[in-house]
Amino acid sequence: MTTNISFLLNGDEISYDVKDHWTLLHLLREEMGLIGTKEGCGNGECGACTVIVDKLAVNSCLYLAIEVDGTAIETIEGLASTDGTLHPLQQSFVDNGGIQCGFCSPGMIMSSKALLDENPNANREEIKQALAGNICRCTGYIPIFKSVEAAKEMGGQNE
Amino acid sequence: MKPFTYLSPKTVEEAIAFHGQHSETAKYIGGGTDVIVKVKEGWMEPDFLISLKKIKEMSELHKNEATGELSIGAMVTHATLEKSLMIQNEYPIVYDAVSNIGSLQVRNVGTIGGNLINAVPSADGAIPLIALDGVAQLHGADGERSSDVKDLFLAPYKTILKPGEILKKITIPPQAPRTGSAYTKFGRRAAMELPLIGIGVLLTVDEDLETCTRARIVLGVAAPTPMRAVDAEKYLIGKKINENVLIEAGKIAADESKVRDSVRGKAWHRKEMIRVHVKRMGLNCLKKIQKIN
Ligand SMILES: Cc1cc2nc3c(=O)[nH]c(=O)nc-3n(C[C@H](O)[C@H](O)[C@H](O)COP(=O)(O)OP(=O)(O)OC[C@H]3O[C@@H](n4cnc5c(N)ncnc54)[C@H](O)[C@@H]3O)c2cc1C
Ligand code: FES
Ligand code: FES
Repeated sequence: MTTNISFLLNGDEISYDVKDHWTLLHLLREEMGLIGTKEGCGNGECGACTVIVDKLAVNSCLYLAIEVDGTAIETIEGLASTDGTLHPLQQSFVDNGGIQCGFCSPGMIMSSKALLDENPNANREEIKQALAGNICRCTGYIPIFKSVEAAKEMGGQNE
Repeated sequence: MKPFTYLSPKTVEEAIAFHGQHSETAKYIGGGTDVIVKVKEGWMEPDFLISLKKIKEMSELHKNEATGELSIGAMVTHATLEKSLMIQNEYPIVYDAVSNIGSLQVRNVGTIGGNLINAVPSADGAIPLIALDGVAQLHGADGERSSDVKDLFLAPYKTILKPGEILKKITIPPQAPRTGSAYTKFGRRAAMELPLIGIGVLLTVDEDLETCTRARIVLGVAAPTPMRAVDAEKYLIGKKINENVLIEAGKIAADESKVRDSVRGKAWHRKEMIRVHVKRMGLNCLKKIQKIN
C-alpha cells in the first residue's frame, strides 16, 4: 500500500508517497537520493544508518518510513551550511582524525549531534554511552571521542 | 522486505478489531526493533502490521502518588524509562536493566512491552518487573485480564498471550519502605550484547536496616524463561543481611538455576556468575537502603 506522509527533512517541508514496507533508510537513500546516510548491517547492530527523528537518534534501517509522518528528521546532509561551512562536529571529526574511511562517520556524527543537542556538556563516559551503538572499523574510537569533545568546545550543539 | 499493509489504530479496541479481521496474517508492532529485523530476514511474513504507536494511553508512564502504584504503558520506550528521574530514584533495578539494552538507537525506539512479549530468555526488561511483583494488564477480544509478569512466559518466544491479545501496561504495586534493588547482566562485552546471564535482586529490610523481610532474586538466561530463585529468597528471610549470608544465597540460587552449556557460554561459568552477582547485587541493595535511611 502507498500512503502520503509529510515531515520536515533538515528543516524543509516534504510530502512523499511512501510504500508501507519501506524503511526510512530506503526512503532516504534509494528514493530521495540522500546517500549520506549509510547502510552497514541493516539490522540495528552497526549504527551507520543513524539519523535523528524528533531529536532522538534512531537506526533508520529498522524504522518504517511511514512512521516519520509528522516528525522532524535530521540527516548528515543538513549539517553543513549552504555556503559549505562545515558544522562544528564535522570540522572537528576532520581536524581530530575522527574520520578514516568515513563509512561510519555520518552515523557517528548524527549520534554525537543528538547527544550534544540534549547535553552540551556531555563527558567522556556519556559520549561513550551515546556512541556504543556505532561501530567503527578504522579509528579505534579514541579519535572519535576526542572529536566530539573538541566539537563540544566549539559549540557543537549549535545548528 | 516483503510488502505489508501498515495499520495505525488509535485505541486498543480498534487494534484488536483490526487483528480480528486479519487474524492469521496480522502482527502487532511496537517499536519494531525486533519485528522489522524478523520481517527483513523473512522469519516473519505478515500481510498486515498493526502499530500500537498511536494508542496514547499505551505510552504513559505514571505513578499514582496517592496509592504508590506505578503504571508503565507497554509502549513506553527503554530510553523514556532510563531518563525518568522517578525511575532512577525509586526503581533503580528498572534503570539498571533498561539502560543497558542494546544501543541508545535501540532504546530510543524499543519498548518495554515488545521486550516482554518477544519472550527471549535473555530479555533484560522482564527481570526487574518480576522482582517488583509487576502485573501485566492484557486486553483481547474477550475483554481484559491480568497476569503476574512472572507467569507471562511459557517457553522461549512463547507467552500466555492469546492471538490478538495486547499487553496494555504493567502495574507495579507500592514498594515497602527500606527496599533496595539492583540488576546486572554479564556478557562478553558491555555494549550491544545479549547477556550470558542476568541477575536482579530486591531486598526489603526491617527497621534495624539489616533483617531481611522480603527478597526477590530473579535470573535471566538461567532457564528457558526468566525465573525466580525461590529457595534462595526463602533462605534470606529473617536473616541479617551481610556478605556471608549473600554468598550462601548466591550458592543456593546457582543450584536452583537451570543453566545449560550453549555456544555463548558454559553452564559452570554461568553458575559462577550467578554466585558472584547475587552477592554483589545484594550488597548493592543494602548500600542503597542504608544511604536513604
Ligand atoms: C541491535 C539490537 C540490540 C538489542 N539488544 C537487546 C538487549 O541488550 N536486551 C534485550 O532485552 N533486548 C535487546 N534487543 C531486542 C529488542 O530491541 C527489545 O526486546 C525491544 O524491547 C523490543 O521492543 P519493540 O517495541 O521494538 O518490539 P517489536 O519489535 O515492536 O515487537 C516485539 C514482539 O512483541 C509483539 N508486541 C510488541 N508490543 C506488544 C504489545 N504491547 N502487546 C502484544 N504484543 C506486542 C510484537 O508482535 C512482536 O512479536 C536488541 C535488538 C537489537 C536490534
Ligand atoms: S545499517 Fe542500520 S544499524 Fe547497521
Ligand atoms: S572511519 Fe572507517 S569505519 Fe569508522
